[in-house]
Amino acid sequence: MTATTEGAAGPVGSGRPRKPWLSAEARAALVNPILLNNPIGIQVLGICSALAITTRVDKALVMSAGVIVVAVLASTAVSLIRERVPTSIRLIVQLAIIASLVIVFDQVLKATLYELSLELSVFVGLIITNCIVLGRAEGFAMSNPPGLAALDGLGNGLGYALVLVLVGAVRELLGTGKLLGFVILPLTRDGGWYAPNVLMLLAPSALFIIGLLIWALRTWKPELQEKE
Amino acid sequence: MSDSKSLNVNATGYTIGFALVVALICAALVSVTAVSLKPMQDANARLYMEKNVLFAAGLAEPGQSLSVAEVDAVFDRAIVARLIDLRTGALLDADPAEARRFDQRAARNDAATSSAAPANDAGVRRLPDRAQVFFIMQGDAVDQVVIPVEGLGMWGTIYGFLSLAPDAETVRGLTYYEHRETPGLGGEIANPDWLARWEGRKIHDADGAVAIAVRKGEAGPPQTDPLHVDGLSGATVTINAVTRFMQFWLDENGYGPFLRRFREGELS
Repeated sequence: MTATTEGAAGPVGSGRPRKPWLSAEARAALVNPILLNNPIGIQVLGICSALAITTRVDKALVMSAGVIVVAVLASTAVSLIRERVPTSIRLIVQLAIIASLVIVFDQVLKATLYELSLELSVFVGLIITNCIVLGRAEGFAMSNPPGLAALDGLGNGLGYALVLVLVGAVRELLGTGKLLGFVILPLTRDGGWYAPNVLMLLAPSALFIIGLLIWALRTWKPELQEKE
Repeated sequence: MSDSKSLNVNATGYTIGFALVVALICAALVSVTAVSLKPMQDANARLYMEKNVLFAAGLAEPGQSLSVAEVDAVFDRAIVARLIDLRTGALLDADPAEARRFDQRAARNDAATSSAAPANDAGVRRLPDRAQVFFIMQGDAVDQVVIPVEGLGMWGTIYGFLSLAPDAETVRGLTYYEHRETPGLGGEIANPDWLARWEGRKIHDADGAVAIAVRKGEAGPPQTDPLHVDGLSGATVTINAVTRFMQFWLDENGYGPFLRRFREGELS
């Protein structure tokens, strides 16, 4: 879980002077993880939840919201204490912060979107072990100022969200003929013409879709391909 | 982590102090959130439980979003909640509104309103003296009766509702609204597609013993294989538990006496 920061392309180096708001550096921290350094597509992090909860777009949206909120707040908090945290307990401190934020999000979800929280079941709790959040906290927030760390958390959260919602949309549309619960392709069993692909509702289909996404991303940007 | 200040962040005392402060702040954050949101969560859980009475009775589709007012409207129109004496199965005189609000879990946890359950393999430790039933009305006639069921699954207690036809023999619907089974394996007991396979099954075998069971592998259609329900692969522990506690609640120590009275028309 911790050996996942190599792919981070963000600027590193502590003590760097702060640039004006949304400098080139800040923009890179925010925008790069959305496509060019996408946590799922390029860094291949956070796959577990991407397979489990992308059967419907609404689940993907709520899960994405959770990861975005937790990633932004955790990165900010970790960055704020980065010069005071003892090296020997730095990872456990990061995890304590992340775990607390995830529990808070889970509690809020149970108080507001109860039925969706039942369907997401353990996967909200598993944001704690989502490599994206800890990876950004350790790999970026520990060595960058809070503003930049927050943008990096937001960018990575959005990158995760983009893939999740895309995969969720493909699976919900092809698996049930609906998007966000609205009928798009009328099913044969309801008198329509579309025979749903049940494979799309099973976890392996997410693996195929993410594989296709990674392939498309690397074909579009050949510089992302590893050199032999 | 380089540190230019005079403070030695790696001193043992400082490390312990830092850990304590982080733990305290995190604990405060989590407990304040949990305590302040508890009332909303409890209200949601209660509403979801009542919705599941509707799901079991087929008065609403699983996944359908219903407001408190909509659930109330269905209860007012088609559902009469009653309390029974669990041991004798006799109906008690309680106002339907009060019977609807009755908290059976609190009742079975309170020594004053419950008794130790006879030895059983369903994970049921205590039985409430008074228990809840829901009559689903169609006009003036009872169309279905919904009873709560619960029992120990693999990771925790499973709670659900079972709906029976007026013959107290044919399953009309089933839901599990609270469980801790493994998502994707035992958790599939809450999948509406699987729950629908219970519909039309019968409770008793030819000798009159409670025999409905989830079997490993596939069961036949209700017409030819009325006592069995398809198993769930990878969820043997869960489905065996389901079989045990469903049988427990349908048998003499559970709702058996009530269902017999109901079947014999004694409660009309």
